[in-house]
Parts: sequence; structure tokens; C-alpha cells
Amino acid sequence: MNEERKMNKTSRRKFLNFIIGGGLLGWIASVFYPVFSYLVPPKIPEANVNSIKAGAITDFSPNTGKIVKFGRKPVILIRMDDGEFRAFSATCTHLDCIVQYRQDIKQIWCACHNGTYDLNGRNVSGPPPKPLEEYTVKVANDEVTIINPAG
Amino acid sequence: MKMNWKTNKIYEWLDKRYELTPVIEFMSKKKVPVHKHMIWYYMGGVTLFLFIVQVLSGILLLLYYRPGADTAYESMRFILTKVNFGWLVRSIHSWSANLMIFFVFVHMFSTYFTRAYQKPREITWVSGFLLLLLALGFGFSGYLLPWNELAFFATKVGTDIVGAIPFIGKPLMLVLRGGDDVTGATLTRFYGFHVAVLPAIFTTFLVLHLLFVQRQGMSEPEHLKNLPDAKKKWMSFFPNFFLRDALLWLIVLNVLLFLAVFYPWDLGFKADPFAPAPAGIRPEWYFMFMFQTLKFLPAHILFLEGELVGILAFAIAGIIWMFVPFWEVRPQGTAKIHFMNIAGMAALIYIIIFTIVGYMV
Repeated sequence: MNEERKMNKTSRRKFLNFIIGGGLLGWIASVFYPVFSYLVPPKIPEANVNSIKAGAITDFSPNTGKIVKFGRKPVILIRMDDGEFRAFSATCTHLDCIVQYRQDIKQIWCACHNGTYDLNGRNVSGPPPKPLEEYTVKVANDEVTIINPAG
Repeated sequence: MKMNWKTNKIYEWLDKRYELTPVIEFMSKKKVPVHKHMIWYYMGGVTLFLFIVQVLSGILLLLYYRPGADTAYESMRFILTKVNFGWLVRSIHSWSANLMIFFVFVHMFSTYFTRAYQKPREITWVSGFLLLLLALGFGFSGYLLPWNELAFFATKVGTDIVGAIPFIGKPLMLVLRGGDDVTGATLTRFYGFHVAVLPAIFTTFLVLHLLFVQRQGMSEPEHLKNLPDAKKKWMSFFPNFFLRDALLWLIVLNVLLFLAVFYPWDLGFKADPFAPAPAGIRPEWYFMFMFQTLKFLPAHILFLEGELVGILAFAIAGIIWMFVPFWEVRPQGTAKIHFMNIAGMAALIYIIIFTIVGYMV
């Protein structure tokens, strides 16, 4: 009889511990879930930019590069020696710096960690692990248009 | 203690309520061992002094600084050009920040080489290491606040490195940046970290760290521990050591003012998210050795990205360093060379060489 009561008592204690412990965990979760959710910034709807007008041909002289705004992303527009235009994402694939066109070596260069890309966007030296994403450039009626091939 | 009648009355009133006598008794009995390496005892105090300078000058800057991509740089220029002594307060804040990190490193390595981290001061060492990490966090977040070109790209790189950590990296980067890119939202967050989150955590750990030191007293170096008590020399903490501390603080304050006045800190150019990174982009000097290491790593090591390998290596090294008191290798028998000295020297030389190389390349 006594033994039975003892057994009953421990299982009751176990049960209460479980309920209180579980309640505590639930309480902690209900406090921290909103806090962590608050920390994650909401997605700001991005205007879907598929193409932009970069300017007139005459704005760009051969052997130069310029950073243009493509929506919220920087894109580098390069006019090569032969007058041909090329455009790439200007965000270095290494650590997110913004690249520039180097007239002396005729390559795309990132000042942060000395990474270089050739004029096909391929990473040719330094730390960048991936090539730069290429954008399509169309020239019509003396106007340069950059088009996102993925969009 | 000699006190006039009035202070005596006040003291009695307080003592009845808060039992001050045992505390004063404890403090009056505090002793500091006197020996040839005792100069290192002052390094933590200097760091503490510079932290106090940081708090005070930081509060002054808060009165005019306005966070935000369109206001931060402009408000800094206002502080530097229009506010009375604004240039001085800002320059003191920047110089004191750098000196503080420098003295944190001096304090840490002197603790390491004198083996003051040994039992019973393991937790003091760990709390000190956490304070170092928090101080680096202060440096990193504060660097962005003027919203200039160099800081903008340094923050882009720094937070991108965080993003390379497996699993938690990407969400952590998002939380740090307040979005996918470094923008005004990042500035707001860094401002919050710099003036509220970090000071609260830092102060907590600092109080603990100081309490531990007060409770246990200064550590005696090994050669002193083995001396008979009669041969040991002591100095009482109050007032002898305390006054020496105060004198050194005064000297440091003068050096700080000299640097702040004659080498005022530059503001640089305003950050432009659509301009190429300028040549010569570099982080603060205390991140230089890590930055330079990452620069030397190839794009891929085996199947991993070079960056990731570098970050993991530094993280592991940091954890090993943090737990030094718990895995310390003691010399066997009468060995002349101590493994811990070699390991410490290797770390120190690595940091110094890579910092110098970073500035030369």
C-alpha cells in the first residue's frame, strides 16, 4: 500500500515537472520567437528592373568603364577599345566590394583584395572565386541599353 | 582613518545601513606584490581609463551625431567644422578607441606571458577575452558610423565574411546588415549596437572582470611564489598603488591629447554605394592581420572556399586562446623552453608580421 503510494507520488512529481518545464520552454519560445523575427529585416519589394537606359553612345569613350544603377544593384558598363559595349554585375564575387575598370591593364579590377576579371567577366587572378554575372548590352539609335538576361 | 566630525557622522549613518566597515577593511588590506615585472599590472588599468574616456567622449558625440545614410556624414562634418571643440572630441574618441584596443592587446599578452591566467584566475582570463571580442565589436561598429568611403567598404567586406560562415552565416549577415546590402539600415543597426547593446554587455563583463581581480588580488609571478614570505616585498593598494595608477592615467591622458590635437583623425569622403571601391581600402589596424591572411589565401583550398578556411582557422584559434587556462601545457622536469611561451610568441609574431605586411603591400 505504502509502496504504491510512493510510486504514485513520484509519477505525479514527474508529471508536474514535465508540465511546468514544458510550460517554461513554451514561455521562453513565445518571448524569443517575436524578438528573433523582429531582428530579421522585412523584404522590401524590389521594383523589377529588367533593363535600364545607360545613356547616349557619345557619353562613353572607348577604353573606359562606368558604374550605373541597375535598380538597386551596381552594374559596370565598359566600352572597349573597338567601341563594343559590355556590362557585368559590379559586385565583386569575392567579398562584395564594387569593382572598377582599369584602363592600364584593360581589365576589371577590385581594389579591396586585388582581384581581376577579364573583359568576359572571368575571374583571372586574385581571390575572386566566381566570374562576374554578365548583362546584355543593346545599342540602338545611339542609345545604350543594359538588359538583365535572367530577368 | 581620520575624519572630521561631519564626514564621520555621514559614514556612521551609511555604515549602520550598509555595513561598510568590512569592505573598507578589505580594501585597506589589499596588497600588490613588488617585483621587476610589476609594470604589467598597470596595463589593465590604462585600458579601463581609456574605456572611461570612450564613454565620456562618446556621450558628447551623441549630442550632435545623427545616424542615417543622408545625415551621418553631414552631422560628422558639422561636429568637425562648426561645433566648438567638436574636432577635438571626435579626435579623442578615435584615438582613445585605438589606444584602448592596443592596451587590451598589451594587457592580454602580458597576462599570458606572466601566466597570470593560471588557477585560480581562469574565469578572469575568459571574461577578459570576451571583453576583447566586445572591444573589437565596438571598433567594427563605430568605424562605420561616420559613413565614409573606407568604412563603407570595410563594413561590406566584414559583414560578407560573416556571411561565409556555414549555416548561420547568411541569416546573421542579414540581421547585421538589416537587409541584403550595406545601406542606411545597416548604419541604424550599427549605431544601436555601438551605443546601446555593446555598452550594456561590455559594462556587465567589465564589472565582473574587475570584481574577480579585486577579490583575488594581483597574481604573483612564479619566481615570487616560491620565495619565503620574509623575502617578498609588498605595496599597499590604497594609497600607494592607486596613486601610481592615477599618475599613469594622467600621463596617458596627456599622450592622448597630444595625439588628438596634433594628429586629428580624418573624416574622408562620403560613402557612395555606386562608386568603385577606392584603392588602398583597409580595415582598422587591429583587423589587419586577419584581413591580410584572407588576402593571401587562394580562392579554393581543397573543396572549400579560401575565405571560409581562413575564417574557420581564426575562429578555432580564438577558441583555443580563450580556453588557454584549461589546456595549458606545463614544462616537464627542468625543461628550459616553455611550450606556452613558444605558442604565445608564435601568435604575437604572426600578428605583428601580418599587420606590417598589410601596410606595406
